[in-house]
Amino acid sequence: MSWPDDVVERAEVMVAKYPESRSAVMPLLYLAMREDKGLTLDGMRQVADYTGLTPVQVESVASFYSMYKRDSVGDYIVSVCTSISCHLLGGDEVLEAVAEETGVPPGETGSDGRLSVEGVECIGACGGAPAVQVNYELVEGVTPDSARRLCRWLADDQPVVISSDQMQADFGGIRSFEWGPAEPGGATGPVPAFGPLGTEGQRS
Amino acid sequence: MTDRILTVRMEAHPADSNTLDRYEATGGYATLRKALVEMSPEQIRDEVKAANLRGRGGAGFPAGVKWGFLAPAEPRYLVINADESEPGTFKDRQLLERDPHQLIEGIVLSSYALGVNHAFIYIRGEYARPARRVQRAVEEAYDAGYLGENILDSGLALDVMVHLGAGAYICGEETALLNSLEGRRGEPRLKPPFPAVEGLYAKPTIVNNVETISNIPWIIANGGSAYDAIGPEGSRGTRIFSLSGHVARPGNYEVVMGMTWREMIYQIGGGIRDGNELKCWIPGGASAPWFTPAVLDEPVTLDDAGRLGSMLGSGGIVVMDETTDVVAAALSIVKFFAHESCGQCTPCREGATWLERILQRIVTGHGREADIGLLLDVCDNISPGLRWPPAQTTICPLGPSLVSPITSIMTHFRSEVEAMIRHAEPAGV
Ligand SMILES: Cc1cc2nc3c(=O)[nH]c(=O)nc-3n(C[C@H](O)[C@H](O)[C@H](O)COP(=O)(O)O)c2cc1C
Ligand code: FES
Repeated sequence: MSWPDDVVERAEVMVAKYPESRSAVMPLLYLAMREDKGLTLDGMRQVADYTGLTPVQVESVASFYSMYKRDSVGDYIVSVCTSISCHLLGGDEVLEAVAEETGVPPGETGSDGRLSVEGVECIGACGGAPAVQVNYELVEGVTPDSARRLCRWLADDQPVVISSDQMQADFGGIRSFEWGPAEPGGATGPVPAFGPLGTEGQRS
Repeated sequence: MTDRILTVRMEAHPADSNTLDRYEATGGYATLRKALVEMSPEQIRDEVKAANLRGRGGAGFPAGVKWGFLAPAEPRYLVINADESEPGTFKDRQLLERDPHQLIEGIVLSSYALGVNHAFIYIRGEYARPARRVQRAVEEAYDAGYLGENILDSGLALDVMVHLGAGAYICGEETALLNSLEGRRGEPRLKPPFPAVEGLYAKPTIVNNVETISNIPWIIANGGSAYDAIGPEGSRGTRIFSLSGHVARPGNYEVVMGMTWREMIYQIGGGIRDGNELKCWIPGGASAPWFTPAVLDEPVTLDDAGRLGSMLGSGGIVVMDETTDVVAAALSIVKFFAHESCGQCTPCREGATWLERILQRIVTGHGREADIGLLLDVCDNISPGLRWPPAQTTICPLGPSLVSPITSIMTHFRSEVEAMIRHAEPAGV
């Protein structure tokens, strides 16, 4: 199976931008993940084709990084920080609440394939501990209660775009710092919303 | 007297400090415009050297000295380390989100000084929003002629690319970062050769932290000696500290170094939440050995922190109050390093697993008499002698970082660990 034209085009742009094509492995892996909702053998084979590596080499790279998920992931990845600052302020309890509310234990994906839950290490939001990300969009100052509400919102509303601003307003509390201007848009899948070298916030 | 350099614009203009319009309206890129005409690359390097700016990524190595090691081979690369993943640290995120043009102007000035035509900003994968802000700023800078083929008609060519990581703390270590940028597993390389001689694609490469390079526009605008006049010797300039944990007012604070820890925690941080007592704090990110109230009146400088057996590291200060279970806190940190160990070196890989397992059983009430000795023994295998600065049996300093929380609780709170073990249920229950 090969990628649709628009994805092929973006892959080619990425490869051309780096001094050496091998460097495009990481952004291409995000692209592959986005296409297949997780990394598939086929996806890694495509990445190998673009970068001049063998599929085994691509797999070896992918397996090193925790954001490249070999198993298929949900439409939403809920990542709860349990590193030191969040641990001190109740991150473990937030993770418990998320697991209980969703019925998905940390490290797993729900049987309907909609949602994955994970405990993660520091996400650079320690001043707004405990911190959570949904599809790598941040919400700071959550509580077990607001985290439960967040999970219910994901289940009930099934939002297409995950926006930090919106989550912070609805479920957040104290922040690490003043965030500055509002930012419309956000993530539309379980990979960081970043373009053009990663993936885009909103796809038309 | 200058007391803030990096956060002035974002505080004065919270609504749009990240935009090119605001950056230019507040004097941004004027330094670059002037420097490209009036200064030689060597003059810029001299100013940075005179500033005595020490790296803000963790090791505190003087930026000007590092730049002096850059080998003449071409091409050369500049890589900005925006992997910020040290627990307790969130300052670079603010600089990336709120003032990306300050960083970009620093990158152009540095590239001109170093003879670099291709720079990378390596941003951790979880920083999607900061990466978007930086990418937008990079595009604005291209459109305005601050990046690209012929910058401001000076003949200087510079391309800047934003590269996203994918969830690996170790990629903050500069040689692991370079491997990652080359499309490899993020495993640290043996040094030497140092990146300045053989870095990205085996070419001379300078790796600097976001905050380090964000200081460059000010240094070139005001002169290295002006920067060198701020703060105490050895800790020149301002620094952004990230305060978190049980402090009343967590956040990022840009300050001139040299105040006491008491001022840092009680004035800047507003003291301990709920009027509680301070128990201890981590002075420079999860890798740093902990301090206790005994050193509250010591100055906050790089050298004093080192003298007292720790470091300012990444600038992440994590405060713990009297209610803290320090063994559980140490476990949280050990878990972090165990999870993030790249697995290349046996003492780190195996040691991490052991330390985590032993601490876990102590915390869950199944500790054994021999566990304290065992913990210290494993630590000694990772960092022989358990001294400071730590000895290293591993390729990179992640190994010794595992040791910091353990020696901290053993030095300061051994009786708590012993009590936990004494009250443990018999093994196997
Ligand atoms: C395990 C480990 C993780 C590190 N993580 C970071 C990081 O996230 N950001 C950073 O700037 N430096 C980090 N460093 C330090 C870098 O290796 C390097 O010293 C630094 O980027 C150099 O920039 P500076 O001289 O401007 O501080 C880390 C070092 C180690 C050993
Ligand atoms: S410790 Fe949770 S965000 Fe840093």
